[in-house]
Amino acid sequence: MQEVKKYQKLKNIIQVYLPEDVSVDEIRPSSNFVSELNINSANLVDIILDVEDAFDIRLENEDMNQMQTVADALHIINSKLNG
Amino acid sequence: MKQKEILARLPYEKPFLFVDEIQEVTEDGAKGSFTFHDGLDFYKGHFKGNPVTPGVILTECCAQIGLVCLGIFLVGAAELEASNVLIGMSSSEMEFLQPVFPRETVTVISHKVYFRFQKLKCEVKMYNSNKDLVCKGTLSGMLKVSKYG
Repeated sequence: MQEVKKYQKLKNIIQVYLPEDVSVDEIRPSSNFVSELNINSANLVDIILDVEDAFDIRLENEDMNQMQTVADALHIINSKLNG
Repeated sequence: MKQKEILARLPYEKPFLFVDEIQEVTEDGAKGSFTFHDGLDFYKGHFKGNPVTPGVILTECCAQIGLVCLGIFLVGAAELEASNVLIGMSSSEMEFLQPVFPRETVTVISHKVYFRFQKLKCEVKMYNSNKDLVCKGTLSGMLKVSKYG
């Protein structure tokens, strides 16, 4: 899968859990899920579960701890896909 | 973990404890009951001269039995010995089908959808003593074990 495609796929997942006051255009690779996109920890779990289904991978607790930004998430997805 | 141990670890007390008994708790779900005594304070105002258990209280009862009792069981005795559990409801989607009046006993049955990354999501159903479905829905909460709490 191309990087652009992966990013788009991830963006589509994140979009569902954005609070009303954050627009889709604000999602950037550098965006911090909690402090910039205002996603709470309960919704972050839902994003992770959707990512697992969409990319057919399994994430662990340490992956979640490392997943601060959208780029972190992509990095983790890539390492699982190649792992 | 025994049912009594779970009850002892619930972080609620009167007037906001809505669990009397746990009948069953497994990895997949919990079953418990509660009797709404007619002296409960909210009946004075909900509604004026016509006491009916508020939907939020039914939701809370479902959450305490279906989500929190199950969550304490899943987190496990070992973890709880030296730590505190921090609990917060993160979402609720409920449908209410029957009124619950003072002195009624209700039974809550929950089924785990998932418990991952400290988030527990359950489908819950509440029945009255006639075995009529009172309310049902999906509840989620975060259960964090705080070692220093």
